[in-house]
Amino acid sequence: MSWLETLRTGLDAVLSHRLRSGLTMLGILIGIAAVILTVGFGEGAQAKVSAEINALGSNLLVVSPGSATASTGIRGGFGSASTLTQADATALASKTVAPDIAAVAPTTQQSQTLTAIGANWTTTVVGTTPDWLPVRARAVTEGRFLTAADENTDAAVTVLGVTTAQELFGSRDPVGQTVTVNGLPLTVVGVLNAVGTSASSATTNLDDQAVVPITTAANRIFGGSSRTSVQSIYLEATSSATLSAAYQEADSELLRLHQVSAADADFTIASQQSLLTTATSVDKTLTELLASIAAISLLVGGIGVMNIMLVSVTERIREIGLRKALGATHRAIRRQFLVEASVLGLAGGVLGAGLGLVGAVVLPHLISNPITISPAATAGAIVVAMGIGIGFGVYPATRAARLAPIDALRSE
Amino acid sequence: MAEAKLPVIDIREVTKTYRTGTLTVEAVRGVTLSILPGEYVAIMGPSGSGKSTLMHILGCLDPLTSGSYWLAGQDVSRMSDDELADVRNRRIGFVFQQFNLLPSLSAWRNVELPLCYADVRRDERRSRAVDALRRVGLADRIMHRPGELSGGQQQRVAIARALVTDPALLLADEPTGNLDSAATAELLALFDELHRSGRTIVLITHEADIALHADRIVRLRDGRIELDRNHAKALS
Repeated sequence: MSWLETLRTGLDAVLSHRLRSGLTMLGILIGIAAVILTVGFGEGAQAKVSAEINALGSNLLVVSPGSATASTGIRGGFGSASTLTQADATALASKTVAPDIAAVAPTTQQSQTLTAIGANWTTTVVGTTPDWLPVRARAVTEGRFLTAADENTDAAVTVLGVTTAQELFGSRDPVGQTVTVNGLPLTVVGVLNAVGTSASSATTNLDDQAVVPITTAANRIFGGSSRTSVQSIYLEATSSATLSAAYQEADSELLRLHQVSAADADFTIASQQSLLTTATSVDKTLTELLASIAAISLLVGGIGVMNIMLVSVTERIREIGLRKALGATHRAIRRQFLVEASVLGLAGGVLGAGLGLVGAVVLPHLISNPITISPAATAGAIVVAMGIGIGFGVYPATRAARLAPIDALRSE
Repeated sequence: MAEAKLPVIDIREVTKTYRTGTLTVEAVRGVTLSILPGEYVAIMGPSGSGKSTLMHILGCLDPLTSGSYWLAGQDVSRMSDDELADVRNRRIGFVFQQFNLLPSLSAWRNVELPLCYADVRRDERRSRAVDALRRVGLADRIMHRPGELSGGQQQRVAIARALVTDPALLLADEPTGNLDSAATAELLALFDELHRSGRTIVLITHEADIALHADRIVRLRDGRIELDRNHAKALS
């Protein structure tokens, strides 16, 4: 019996028991839709996070103080002081030491209350250098950013994020206004562009900060023991091709300056890639968990197919006997039931993929998370659904094929 | 034609023993029977005489316990399941008491079924199925499903299905058992006509008046042949 003929027979059988076939398909359908949606949900979340991390700046390296040691302790500086200093930043800015590093932006930050006429607002005060703007891929929409002259003179100037400016001055033009922090009046010289919430933690609003020259922050605002230390140094490589060279240069120069071996490093250099990995690992775990639950529902769907196929074999025992009397071989009977099971699986898979696609359009409106449907995953899911039909059809089909023609014909 | 004289059925000392738990049933106890091409044979006997078992053996549906069976010159007693499926497909046309048509298929699709298993091309299957339906007088019922046909018509579809492969043997098991007397008369007339055209027919029945249509009657009792009478010759 040809494959085409077998397929026709399988379709006949599926279509002549519409309700039963529909219910069988439902199990596979729900499983496939769930798998497609959870995978799409995970991919959507990852795409969102990686877009945000890429928005931090291109070819970015972040040097942070301290390092995780093999004994899982965290090595830090004296007390709570950072092991990174402004001298480190200055050294890395040298073209002879690190030719592949284009820009260096050491930062130090504290939460402070800013006071303007008629309003005060607690926000993050960031002390940094003029290079911060290109390194963090930001821009000013009004006024200007910090200059080298501001840095050299500990100038009392600040550039505000849009949210901060809004909170302090409302609809008034903030440029030229004065805000007071820790008793020091600062002149607002510019406003940063709006970028939205940080990817790595939803609580950090990149639009809510006040940027001041790092010297002003250290000498006139923060004070204390941390005048020369910095909390992190942002580095920008000259291009994506030189990113690893820049990493090496920064690493060896800092090891040399701190006079420690690589094993005792008191700093950590992270790339965008490693930030991305950390930020998406939680999403990934959640997605894997959801996907495994979806896979279990798919398994249950497969068992449903097996159940129905066993019923189908028992119910059609006379048909099997007749077909054998008319010349059907073991293989022809087994193939007939396998094709029937795979038709059920395939139909369930296609309908489930359809439901998944509909869900991908409708759900983002309800849960405010993007869902990315990949064609490859969808095609894969349909193939898996058919595979489940075949896999769970093997046992019933083999049972049907093994029936002796005489026993099958005699049954009532 | 020497080949034409080769028996269609040649069984010798055939026995069949069933085992159900500790109970052993000897359904057939040494039957020897030879049927030539063109013969119309009725196998008779009361229930429990072993005639159903013999029919299953003749139809290659059930293996025999001992003895030999040659069907149209082939030794079928030593064949594998797949070889037997092929023999059933090409050599034997079955007609059952229950008709055994597939309810979801139209008449011609039921008739073409054996040809599907013989890997015959679709257009040829269709033309042969239509021919067979015409031969049993159902040319105008090709697209009807079994549920839309009377019992007599359904049994004629089954006969068309048995004839479509042009088998050496037509094996009918109580074919009139589910028919009224008018349909029975029509069916027996059809068998007579097939017999005149040279078909070899083996008819299993327990009704004497139906057996009388055959030109040879084999009567079984307790798994043995009690009587083997060529009554057409006796009449002539």
